[in-house]
Amino acid sequence: MKILTNLAKTTALAAALTMSASFVAINAWAAKTDVTLGMVLEPPHLDPTAGAAAAIDEVVYANIFEGLTRIGSKGEVLPALAESWTVSDDGKVYTFKLHTGVKFHDGSDFDASDVKFSLDRARGEKSTNAQKALFKGIESVDVVDPATVKITLSAPAGNFTFNLGWGDAVIVAPETADSNKTNPVGTGPFKFSKWAKGSSIEMVKSDSYWGKPVALSKATLRFIPDPAAAVSAMLAGDVDGFANFPAPESIPQLKADPRFKVVIGSTEGETILSTNNKKAPWTDIRVRQAVAHAINRQAIIDGAMFGLGTPIGTHFAPHHPAYKADLINTYPYDLDKAKALLAEAGFPNGFKAVIKLPPPSYARRGGEIVAAQLRKIGIELEIVPVEWAQWLDQVFKKKDFDLTIVSHTEPQDINIYARKDYYFQYSSDTFNKIMTDLNLATDQAERYKLMGDAQTLITKEAVNGYMFELAKAGVWNAKLKGMWENAPVQATDLTGVSWAE
Amino acid sequence: MSAPVIEQLDAPETWRDVAKKALHNRSFLTGLIITTVILALAIISFFWTPWSITELDILLKLKKPSLEHWFGTDHFGRDIFSMIMIGARNSIAVALVAVGIGVLFGVPIGCWAAAKGGYADEVLMRTNDVIFAFPALLSAVMITAIFGPGAINAILAIGIFNIPVFARISRGAALSIWPREFIMAAEVAGKGKIRITAEHILPNMINLLLVQGTIQFSLGILAEAGLSYVGLGTQPPMSSWGRMLNEAQTMMSFAPHMAIFPGLAIVVTVLGLNLLGDGLRDVLDPRLRRER
Repeated sequence: MKILTNLAKTTALAAALTMSASFVAINAWAAKTDVTLGMVLEPPHLDPTAGAAAAIDEVVYANIFEGLTRIGSKGEVLPALAESWTVSDDGKVYTFKLHTGVKFHDGSDFDASDVKFSLDRARGEKSTNAQKALFKGIESVDVVDPATVKITLSAPAGNFTFNLGWGDAVIVAPETADSNKTNPVGTGPFKFSKWAKGSSIEMVKSDSYWGKPVALSKATLRFIPDPAAAVSAMLAGDVDGFANFPAPESIPQLKADPRFKVVIGSTEGETILSTNNKKAPWTDIRVRQAVAHAINRQAIIDGAMFGLGTPIGTHFAPHHPAYKADLINTYPYDLDKAKALLAEAGFPNGFKAVIKLPPPSYARRGGEIVAAQLRKIGIELEIVPVEWAQWLDQVFKKKDFDLTIVSHTEPQDINIYARKDYYFQYSSDTFNKIMTDLNLATDQAERYKLMGDAQTLITKEAVNGYMFELAKAGVWNAKLKGMWENAPVQATDLTGVSWAE
Repeated sequence: MSAPVIEQLDAPETWRDVAKKALHNRSFLTGLIITTVILALAIISFFWTPWSITELDILLKLKKPSLEHWFGTDHFGRDIFSMIMIGARNSIAVALVAVGIGVLFGVPIGCWAAAKGGYADEVLMRTNDVIFAFPALLSAVMITAIFGPGAINAILAIGIFNIPVFARISRGAALSIWPREFIMAAEVAGKGKIRITAEHILPNMINLLLVQGTIQFSLGILAEAGLSYVGLGTQPPMSSWGRMLNEAQTMMSFAPHMAIFPGLAIVVTVLGLNLLGDGLRDVLDPRLRRER
């Protein structure tokens, strides 16, 4: 009897093994064409021309929507809906030659009038575009013929084609522009298929795509806000990867796992201790300088990001040639000096303030460390964790905060310091002048010098606490190819992604 | 049910009898020792902890338990033993105040309902039942989600759900005492309902409240840990066992000590309080005593 049972067990085991072996064979034979990626934040809506949330671009950019130009994985300007372009000698007139035979996902044709509509809408008075400054220099957009658009600028702009590559400058159709928030209709290689709110967004390959078709048949972006859940989703194979993994502490563990590939790249995310420059006592430069002296950047990077990140001394990406590296020494870590500055400003015993922290671990953990560091100079921070929606409402919109921590992931976004009414409420005529000059300058050396001046000014004025450049911790299945290593723009570009044989 | 109570009231025990019984009750003793140790840790933490938990030293992060750091350090380089000491203070404070709220509001409501009877009793106790019907922890999550996270709101949320528990218990106890002869005597002597409640009813239900209080106390600690775990309880830099567990989550694979010690702290404390509660019931509760 015993022998019989054992025999039965062995047979069953053998059968199971054979079966699982054949499953493996089937998997290898039929190449996978769908991908599921994890994302930390869910976008509030899906119209990149009407929102500042990076999560919108991280879903739709290059996948669903396209602009005249696009930014490549290295930050270079590539042609997209515009096949080619020429610039007049005075640098003011751009003539774009458009691709023909391009269709929107709803079947309507794309032509020059859509370009005119999109750009006029973005720069118009009623525009809800989050980056209106990108279009400020445009004087007129003219349709020459269905495949040619002429854009006239009021003054030469060195980075105009780069600006047109932003997610905020994508081309939309007049018929569908208003419903893009819930049902995005673009010209990209993927078309939107469904959005399970709170869970995932699905897009499928568009068969009518004008350009090189994508390898994937379907892409799903799943929203996993909890870092611990992200780790388990990765380990369990529920997702194929994260363009930017939220739990830096688990990177060594994932790196050691041969199933995964870990790529640490750079982003455009200046992670800063944003300060409300119009609220006392932060109006006093000495208070802001004291904070700058009291912040130990390396401790924040090590403690909050487990070493991932590059210290920055200003609001500029350290991998950019115009970055001024020596600014990091403007306010060296010096508690005595910080206390002296506070005393000078009238707070010999420090004061109490509130720090509002959005969900990402750079903010929540970073905030705890900042609070501990500022406590040493007598500033007692009450830590208030907020969700993203609350952050956007209370901090970004209503400017009801003392300090907050956030990563500004737009590329070359130092111009936000010139924006009236931006949430940290900095205003300086000198800075605005530099930005105006920068917009007019076309000579690279001069542009870099002006960018340097701008960096120096905001650092000297200690507008915000400059902490570190966010690293992009990409983690994905080792067989997945074509994911971006760096993040020069907010994007999860899936156009080049495929599975290895 | 009422017969044994009569017997107890007729033959009150001396403190000596109670103490003697307590000393022979194993669960009471174990619970008492555990609770005392945790309480002592919490009290000591006001004056001394092995390391400071507000000064972060990132260089010391994720150290394994050693002679220097008995329970190791966390991801900010804070000493976990010190955090658990201060966390004990936090847990006890939250649970104590929450039980206090329950007693302060629940007992008068229960006593009043028992004394008054009729419609007042019905309305109060049915409202009570409605609150009681909500899963307490879920509702606490709801309250803190609406009014914002923080220790104060956590206390309120947990406290509110202690009210019906105490209201119910004290009403039951009061109802069983009201028909007693000595109460009638007091009524005949001209004492008012409030005075009778204060002088005769309350002293006779202290035992019951003590037992229930201990149990609610352990539930309060558990609830605080739960709220803090989901980020709705005590906020940093104050340390909380629940939040320690949450922070340990993503680091389980390489720093298990970060999860083990706060987890143990919660388990041991709740176990200790439950043992103490059971023991107290055995020692004090008149009904159970008669049934032995």
